[in-house]
Amino acid sequence: MEMFKTDTIYDFMSKRLPFLGLSGLLVIASIVLLLTKGVNFGIDFAGGTIVQVKYEQPAPIDKIRETLKQTKYTNSSITEFGSPEEVVIRVTGTSNDLANDIGDEMHKILASTGNFEVRRVDMVGPKVGGELREKGLMALTLSLIVILAYVSFRFEWRFAVASILALIHDITIALGAISLFSIEVNLDILAAILTLLGYSLNDTIIVFDRIREGVQTLKESVLESVVNESVSKTLSRTTLTSLTTFFVVVTLFLFGGEIIHGFAFTMLVGIIVGTYSSIFVAASFLVQLKFSISDFRAKEAEKLKRQKEKEKMRAMYEQGTV
Amino acid sequence: MKIFNYRLVIFTLSIIFGIVFSIPSIMQTDSGKKISLGLDLQGGLHMLLGVNTQEAVTSKIKTIATTVKYFSDDEELLIDALSINGESVTFTVLDADEIPKMDEMLKQIKGLDISKDELNYTLRLTTEDIAKTKDLAVAQAVETIRNRLDQFGLSEPTVVRQGATDIVVELPGIKTVEDEKAARELISKPANLELMAVDEDRADQVYTMTASGAAQYGDIILESTDDANVKYLVKEIPILNGSQVIDAQVAFDQSNQPIINFTLNSTGARIFGEFTGKSVGKRLAVVLDGKVYSAPNIRERIGGGSGQISGGFTVVEAGNVAIALRSGALPASVNLLEKRSVGPSLGADSIKASMIALISGFLLVFVFMVIYYRRAGVIANIALVTNIFIIIAVMAMFGATLTLPGMAGIVLTVGMAVDANVIISERIRELLREGMSIPKAIEDGYSNAMRAILDANVTTLLVAVILYAYGTGPIKGFAVTISIGILASMLTAILGTHGIYEALLSKIMKDKDTKKWFGVK
Repeated sequence: MEMFKTDTIYDFMSKRLPFLGLSGLLVIASIVLLLTKGVNFGIDFAGGTIVQVKYEQPAPIDKIRETLKQTKYTNSSITEFGSPEEVVIRVTGTSNDLANDIGDEMHKILASTGNFEVRRVDMVGPKVGGELREKGLMALTLSLIVILAYVSFRFEWRFAVASILALIHDITIALGAISLFSIEVNLDILAAILTLLGYSLNDTIIVFDRIREGVQTLKESVLESVVNESVSKTLSRTTLTSLTTFFVVVTLFLFGGEIIHGFAFTMLVGIIVGTYSSIFVAASFLVQLKFSISDFRAKEAEKLKRQKEKEKMRAMYEQGTV
Repeated sequence: MKIFNYRLVIFTLSIIFGIVFSIPSIMQTDSGKKISLGLDLQGGLHMLLGVNTQEAVTSKIKTIATTVKYFSDDEELLIDALSINGESVTFTVLDADEIPKMDEMLKQIKGLDISKDELNYTLRLTTEDIAKTKDLAVAQAVETIRNRLDQFGLSEPTVVRQGATDIVVELPGIKTVEDEKAARELISKPANLELMAVDEDRADQVYTMTASGAAQYGDIILESTDDANVKYLVKEIPILNGSQVIDAQVAFDQSNQPIINFTLNSTGARIFGEFTGKSVGKRLAVVLDGKVYSAPNIRERIGGGSGQISGGFTVVEAGNVAIALRSGALPASVNLLEKRSVGPSLGADSIKASMIALISGFLLVFVFMVIYYRRAGVIANIALVTNIFIIIAVMAMFGATLTLPGMAGIVLTVGMAVDANVIISERIRELLREGMSIPKAIEDGYSNAMRAILDANVTTLLVAVILYAYGTGPIKGFAVTISIGILASMLTAILGTHGIYEALLSKIMKDKDTKKWFGVK
């Protein structure tokens, strides 16, 4: 079975401006969303307490709300979680009292609402929340720097800049979707975003590797043509891999349970955006950055020449002629 | 061509390794190293506790005051105005001739910063000693909490220090809300036993006196544990504290109420004997965590160094207090900074859900690969299954913990491991289309694909390492499974499949059916 016509070289680059325009629009929309609606930070980053309760019958959400109104937890939010029997109660506050925490209090307060089991109590104090936020940001920044350094080392700086731009593009749009659908941002979402980073980079590098190979081996010296050929040649691989990963993430999303929902959703959006960007966007950035094949070849030739000269010098030195 | 090539040999060895070492985890055998399930999967309690180290400094100051008092009583030195002001102890020696004796004694207390103004002494802890005290307090808290949990009978509690002031406590054995609460109460109990003298001279003024008024006489006001309205005026500096307790047991008094009998060490017994001998007719307050449990009259000198705490315990409470006393007092109180508790039923649900996702995701990829690549797809699938076994085996060998995000990591690796084979197969197809011979297409296909796969894997690995370094708990698990998965995929998807092709080459050559083998004419 084959997915794409094998010999066809699609002319992606002549349409790069419309694609870059679409990407720009999506990125701007995401930024606007992030600035106006913002993201819904979960307790890992914002601090707070969540109590997950499973009732033996459908959870009496209204009754729970009424009961909580009479306590100091009047501001807590109650949402169904996965099934009608299960609810999650989010409390903004935390209590550092080890012997009597919010879970214990909830247990007492809700005693009149029916038979239930407290399945999970997570509490993150303000100090820990701050630390996690700091570490998360640190991990993201460091990852970007490391990628920049590695790709510059293995390719050329324009490749590195183009791949970082593509990554920022992917992550911004994924964050926009997180904001749009009010996904709660906890540590697992951070993990998803970092995975996307690696994944989308993976895709981009495969395409860039082809371009690098094309620059070195093809006779063609017009960048657009080399890019078109490389992207077309990797097209079936890009789509195939994205599809297989997509299958797995879709099953995670559908059957993975409520807890993994946010993670799977972020991955789902990320894979779609990542695939799109490695086909249509990353290489377009490279062209926009005016990567020059002849300069690159000249530099490579220069490098080769210098190396040869060095060897020659060394040979002469060893023979004692210098 | 050659059935036994080095690639196939290595691959076969890794298959054997993967299967052998993952058997204990998959079959859940009793022996052998297994993957342990994270708290989010098996249920349990994870807590991050902060130690209020400043309290340890305050209590050390208090101990110094106690020592000064005991020494001057013992040596009959006359001192006055012994009091604690924040982080310092002050007192006045009444007789200048006794200064050398006092200095001699103070020299024996280490880490003390002594300033003298004629007869007035001010004792402080040196900066180094404060740091040391704080450090010790955390270490001691870890030890104490571990002791208490061990005696409480929980399976495999983990108590480790994290950073300067924090302690991570993990209790996988907790099954019910009640158990969890009991464990938390046990940990949080300071269990600070103090035997204090009631100030009989001013005892009748206790209900009219303010805290600052009491401080003037070196006294403090404490409430009774039974009734907050009943108050006692006691000397601030205790006669003895819990550090001299060597044993504590639950017993029952005449009216069958649970009480706690405690035994003091020899120093404690001597101090206790001397004090009770001198104070016949006065009251002795038994104070636990700042509450007076009882204040009996001293009828005679109490030798032998044992005493009892009575006062409205339930049997369970008495048992917990006894455990806490035996395992020593917490040097400082602890705060709850972070808590994650997962009921076992929730953990089981998560395992079930992620297993469904794993298996169905797996099947989809499997079927897809075979339809698309035919036999090349089958070979890739063999590599994929081996990959999973190796991940499980390596995790089991290192005793790694499988968390929910870790499961997600495995699921994700399934998708990514296929990628290497997709890249290779696409390259081979490409070369075949160009009319290259099959053996050459396979060789070149692998070498062409190599560079891209390597670059891609290295970058993903770098991100995983950063995730591991900056992630906490479950995220670390995610980074671990991804890293192992990527490394294993190099072994299976690149080396392994290459070996299989080499071994099958003569067969493929005979067939000459590229459609059957690679899904392309």
